[in-house]
Amino acid sequence: MSWIKYALKRLLMLIPVILCVTLILYTILSLAPNGLARQKLGQDASEEQIYALEEEMGLHDPIIVRYVKYMAGVCRLDFGVSWINSNNVLNEFAHRLPYTLLIAVLSVLFAVGVGVPLGIFSAIKQYSLFDYGSTFVAMLLFSMPAFWLGTMCQLLFCVTLGLLPVAGDKTWTCFILPPLILGANTLASMIRMSRTSMLDVIKQDYIRTARSKGAAEGAVILRHAMRNSLIPVITQVGICFAGAIGGAVVTESIFGINGVGMLLINAVKSRDVPIVMGTVIFVTIIVGVINLIVDLICAVIDPRIDLAS
Amino acid sequence: MADNTKNTSENLLEVSDLHVQYRTDDAIVHAINGLSLRVKQGEKLGLVGETGAGKTTLALSILRLLPARVGEITQGSIVYNGDNLLDQPESFMLGLRGKRISMIFQDPMTSLNPTITVGKQILEVLDLHFPELSKADKSEKVDEILKMVGIPPSRKEDFPHQFSGGMKQRIVIAMALIAEPELLLADEPTTALDVTIQAQILDLMRELKDKFNSAVILITHDLGVVAEFCDTVAVVYSGRVVEYGTVEQIYARRENHPYTSGLFNCIPDLTSNAPRLVPIPGRMADPRIPIEGCCFADRCPHCTERCRKAAPPVVERDGHGIMCHLFTEGGER
Repeated sequence: MSWIKYALKRLLMLIPVILCVTLILYTILSLAPNGLARQKLGQDASEEQIYALEEEMGLHDPIIVRYVKYMAGVCRLDFGVSWINSNNVLNEFAHRLPYTLLIAVLSVLFAVGVGVPLGIFSAIKQYSLFDYGSTFVAMLLFSMPAFWLGTMCQLLFCVTLGLLPVAGDKTWTCFILPPLILGANTLASMIRMSRTSMLDVIKQDYIRTARSKGAAEGAVILRHAMRNSLIPVITQVGICFAGAIGGAVVTESIFGINGVGMLLINAVKSRDVPIVMGTVIFVTIIVGVINLIVDLICAVIDPRIDLAS
Repeated sequence: MADNTKNTSENLLEVSDLHVQYRTDDAIVHAINGLSLRVKQGEKLGLVGETGAGKTTLALSILRLLPARVGEITQGSIVYNGDNLLDQPESFMLGLRGKRISMIFQDPMTSLNPTITVGKQILEVLDLHFPELSKADKSEKVDEILKMVGIPPSRKEDFPHQFSGGMKQRIVIAMALIAEPELLLADEPTTALDVTIQAQILDLMRELKDKFNSAVILITHDLGVVAEFCDTVAVVYSGRVVEYGTVEQIYARRENHPYTSGLFNCIPDLTSNAPRLVPIPGRMADPRIPIEGCCFADRCPHCTERCRKAAPPVVERDGHGIMCHLFTEGGER
């Protein structure tokens, strides 16, 4: 069971990563000017009242003391409460996460499901019209930013054609356009990646060996080339999935979905430190776990990868 | 070769006037230029020549596995057991490759699929060509062939990266022999290996050559290996067979093509006291430029005006053919 040991090791390695990320982020957030107490108490509040509230929030302690106190809480799974609406950070995050995960998973499924077959097919039919077409589409998708593409699609499908709701997260039709927009870039990279990788693999000597055994072209591709060409693609999927969670900030804002991205961007706008910190810690853990899963999948596919070393 | 109508019935393979080109973006490379040769059933032919002479291209042409779009057979015929392979549909070739003609590739490090166990890679040949065999029979055959090449059958669940170079080449050989092909194309099977392993692999091939009655085309640039292993020799230069004959005829060194003589002069002789070997001066002609006259003219010590103008015919005596003006009428010999 070498993979369990490996997974545990990798999870333990997340701890220093989280410490680094939180220390940097906490320092920056604490150094930024913070008019929160005044904002909360209103314009009429006296200096004493503001000072008292800031004292209560612990804003007058040295940064390192505040950081250690905060992390001590995190270790007890106490992520604090929002400075704005006093909601529990953990509850708030848990409430928002399903939306973000749903969109991220759908977008990656869409990108992989469409992109990998397209890429592999255009590699097999290199220099064909299909190949040029898919390369063109990939370049087009690459060069369109999500905020622009999203807005244009809203105009076309939601306003002009009236097929889908413009924004919201109440019905399932709200979850058609956002994953497509979020996955557009990933789709482009999947097409390019799987094409390049397949082209590289079919030049290998062992593909010629397979042909010399009398295997038909389809069997050569499926049995011998596919698996080898997917190894770099899977690594890329992991990176894209992590990117999709980060990219949710843009997509969720455009489509008005109350996911983690919206939570984070609103918290940053209002300097709601506990929410920002909590969200970043959770996202770090999620990305770390996704990378771990990707590495485990790669180890299953490629026997040359030895998890023990 | 010179006379293709002769002995047609007992020839397993007849390559006649084969021309192969590689098209690249900037030039057309003439890899094989009118190459002809014959292989009889069970014959062990040594194909000798330096790098770039077109040896591997010939093997790939026989299997019709030239790189798609780049490599192209422009002229000639490859007749195998009466069928011109160049006219056959791909389905015919699929039944031929791996079953009746199989190939051992030069570099065992890269010629096995890294993600499939070696047992399955050998088994694939049986799955493709002997679907009627039961699973147990196939598995038994795989064990048998692995034992024959000196690999414990218990290791068939291992992946290629768990084997050394020499063992990988044994596996490649096992894969090529399991269907007991009529013709085996061995493309420099020892070049990528170190010397001690080379010796082991050659021992293995020698051992196996009597067990299987396959005809073999052994592609090499090692004249010593040819002398031990082969019955006949074809010397390839610039995509042509410049000399052919039995091992005895060629190694007697009474009459040789100047290129063959040059090759022999490059072999160190333990009995003589020669301080230096005599290399062949110059390099092989640029394959991008078509040659007028003799392909060896630029490097030949006996080159005359005639050699530059006209391509020499093959002069054959007792099955020993030499493509050189020296041996034609009016030549020196």
